[in-house]
Amino acid sequence: MESYLWIIPFSPLIGAAINGALAILYSHKEKGPREEIISFIGCAAPLASFVIALMIFIRMIGMDEADRILEQTLFPWIWSGALNIEVAFFVDALSMVMVLVVTCVGTIIHFYSIGYMAKDRGFARYFSYLNLFMFAMLTLVMGKNLPLLFVGWEGVGLCSYLLIGFWYSDIYKAAAGKKAFIVNRIGDFAFLLGIFVVYVATLEHGAGTLDFPALSGLVAAHPEAFRGVATAAGILLFIGACGKSAQIPLYVWLPDAMAGPTPVSALIHAATMVTAGVYMIARLSFLYALSPLAMGVVATVGALTALYAATIGICQRDIKKVLAYSTISQLGYMFMAVGVGAFSAGIFHLMTHAFFKACLFLGAGSVIHALRGEQDMFNMGGLSKYMKLTALTFLIASFAIAGVPPLAGFFSKDEILWSTFTSSLSPGWLPMVLWVVTFIAAGITAFYVFRAVFLTFYGKKRLTAEAEAHVHESPSVMTVPLILLAIGSITAGFLGVPQVLGGSNAFHHFLSPAVGAAEHVTHAVQGAGDSVQAIGAAAHAAKEAAAGGVQLSSYTGEVLSEAGGGSHGGSHGLEILLMVLSVLIGIAGILVAQAMYIRNPTLPESISRRARGLYNLVYGKYFVDEAYRETLVKPGYFLSEKVFFKVIDVWIIDGIVNGFGVMARGFGTVLRLLQTGVVRTYALFILLGILYLIYRMVG
Amino acid sequence: MEAVAFYIIAAIAVFGALLMITRRNPLAGAFSLVVSLIALAGIYAMLRAELIFILQILVYAGAIMVLVIFTIMLLNLREEELEEPPAGKIKTLIILAAVAFGCYGIIKVLSGAPDEVPRVPENFGSVEKVGELMLTSYLYPFEIISVVLLVAIVGVVLLAKKVI
Amino acid sequence: MITLDHYLYLSAILFFIGVFGVLFRRNLIVILMSIELMLNAVNLSFIAFSRYTASMDGHVFAFFVMAVAAAEAGIGLAILVMLFRNRRTVQADDLTLMRD
Repeated sequence: MESYLWIIPFSPLIGAAINGALAILYSHKEKGPREEIISFIGCAAPLASFVIALMIFIRMIGMDEADRILEQTLFPWIWSGALNIEVAFFVDALSMVMVLVVTCVGTIIHFYSIGYMAKDRGFARYFSYLNLFMFAMLTLVMGKNLPLLFVGWEGVGLCSYLLIGFWYSDIYKAAAGKKAFIVNRIGDFAFLLGIFVVYVATLEHGAGTLDFPALSGLVAAHPEAFRGVATAAGILLFIGACGKSAQIPLYVWLPDAMAGPTPVSALIHAATMVTAGVYMIARLSFLYALSPLAMGVVATVGALTALYAATIGICQRDIKKVLAYSTISQLGYMFMAVGVGAFSAGIFHLMTHAFFKACLFLGAGSVIHALRGEQDMFNMGGLSKYMKLTALTFLIASFAIAGVPPLAGFFSKDEILWSTFTSSLSPGWLPMVLWVVTFIAAGITAFYVFRAVFLTFYGKKRLTAEAEAHVHESPSVMTVPLILLAIGSITAGFLGVPQVLGGSNAFHHFLSPAVGAAEHVTHAVQGAGDSVQAIGAAAHAAKEAAAGGVQLSSYTGEVLSEAGGGSHGGSHGLEILLMVLSVLIGIAGILVAQAMYIRNPTLPESISRRARGLYNLVYGKYFVDEAYRETLVKPGYFLSEKVFFKVIDVWIIDGIVNGFGVMARGFGTVLRLLQTGVVRTYALFILLGILYLIYRMVG
Repeated sequence: MEAVAFYIIAAIAVFGALLMITRRNPLAGAFSLVVSLIALAGIYAMLRAELIFILQILVYAGAIMVLVIFTIMLLNLREEELEEPPAGKIKTLIILAAVAFGCYGIIKVLSGAPDEVPRVPENFGSVEKVGELMLTSYLYPFEIISVVLLVAIVGVVLLAKKVI
Repeated sequence: MITLDHYLYLSAILFFIGVFGVLFRRNLIVILMSIELMLNAVNLSFIAFSRYTASMDGHVFAFFVMAVAAAEAGIGLAILVMLFRNRRTVQADDLTLMRD
């Protein structure tokens, strides 16, 4: 079964190659290739990956918990001195979850795209890009070493750029793609630096390696030595994650990325690619766990993003923008989870979020499709009469994101909140503050999502005449994926029912071989406080806990499952209380939305008039884009035009290039004198050469 | 006795060579060269190189030089075509210095070569012995040389044809 | 008593006379003959070494040199004839096509 691993990423690559070739072959013809063929190839490729992933998952379940690791080495890639990097795939519990989410949601969205993209001129190109994205994403989550992860990281960035600017003839959409690419580049630069830092550190402590298993073993062997490196590398890598996963301050590209086709927004900018940062931190959990500072930064940024993006979501008019800010906010939750050391909770939320957010996006796509491209929610309303299935699935997903039990979002969000509340981050007040921030954000989330629900599907109909003529339920190729994702939004949560509610938290248990040791280390290190002795003891504990690398001894596993059950310092009663509180704030948010948009539709108008300044600030997205333009983009333009172009390029670079030409001509003029064209002169030179040789032999 | 013979023959060879490069008329030069080559054949005989002695007379002094002389007569150069402008002084100096240095270098390199004349068997350098060597150890070079000569023949025929 | 050095000096003298001929004379026929002289000087070295090391390999090499010299003379003279037919000159300095 291990030898089939490579098929998972390469199957979509083959699909991308075939569809890409078709797209190129037909690029000059009037009609594109037949959509049936393209959609068959485009959907079969990820479906094959999904089936194989499922088979591997079943096989993995049957294995002993400690050896749930599958590896396949394809070929050596970079083989130079101390740096040996292979193209190798590696699947442990963490990768397995990611592979399943990516292939499952990906396949569903591929099917949905058949309906959404029907009759588009770039049908083949679209599926080619989408398959290429699947390849890159699967490389990202299955890569055995950091460089391979980086290849996937850049690959998904490329596909994201290609798909955001898919309708490139629209200059605003092309610009949105460019923005995403450039903002990501900032993060990727830091990410690359982070990789270098890790590599240099491993060189100093034994063998230079970037393989995850070897790295984890090395870090476990020298926990003290890697503390400083963990902070530096952790923060650098996190900046990269900020770019890819749209966290403050690099989130600005994600709302603009909604210019792409809606299934792309669902797949890339909600369910999979943007979660790469969370995956990366969970993958390097053994490193992050050693640095309370890096973890604190991650958690704080995550919490702030969660609240910040949620507030922007309140005032957006564009349905996709609402969902975009919602995605940023939910990603913030995930980062907070991994930041407080609850890696499995973060990944759990990643998974449930993939289902309900993809469902929301596809539902929005269904609405947009039905209304011929209308995206402004104030031009919708009352659509539930026309699109019953879409409305129902959208509603289910909305309840899930609002955290209403027993839907998926409730379990995952609650686990994050609880882990945050009981975490041992220093200073001591930080966990409480983070909890309050995200608790408020949870209420706002419920509010803005249901604002979208009410504005779109209920209340008075405000359709434009053109849209009204076209409104219809989407074809079944689009509604069936919606139903599948809605079922996922309902059921995914039951994989991780906490023990306090009588569940076994199977998800947490499944992930513990991969990240459990790191969770333990986090608590040991963070709980140690500042005293030198305590840090030493914590490091020792870390060493013990991580001694088995990713493979956890059964003893530690027990300790962890207890810890997961709520023995971090909080009691069962408190956990239940917090749970009830968060459900209540979610329901409160829903009710407020209902009051404002159904019962009294004039209320929002009057509120916004009364608080004009605040409303404008939030509606203008806090003018962050404008601030960036003034402080970064304009100086950048100035620098590139006036300094780099006018001075460095024209004078220095061109000067050097021209200088080479002038120099070559000068030498040529001098050397030309030697070329008399008379053979006897050359004979003389030969003679002189021979004499020199004789001189060397004699002398 | 042997030394006397060597010096006489060597003097003839050098003298013929000097005449060859100093005669303005190439025909005179060619005949001087023939003298020099025959003297060299004598040297070969002293060195007991029987085959090479014969070849020197037949091929060099005979065939090749006849070819050269025929060519000279064929071209039938007029007196004014033989005029040569003198070489520049700097060039002459360079060449003279180079030759002097070259001779010095060769002497330096060669000093220490064996002085003893080794005893060799009666048939050393005979046609039979050298031929045997050529057709055993040096078979491949021998065959290649045949091909070179063949190519040369074809080439000459092609070049000398009036119309190409 | 004639030693190997004697033969080699003779060879060197003849060789440099050939070099002189190539470098100073402009008549292509003389240049060709000078080259023949240089080849003969080399042959002399071969034969002398052969005698003083009691091995006949040098004779074989001298034979090869002669064969090559014959080929060279044939080709060289053919080129010369063609040249004279086309350019009416056998002066090396008149042939500067490589420069022009």
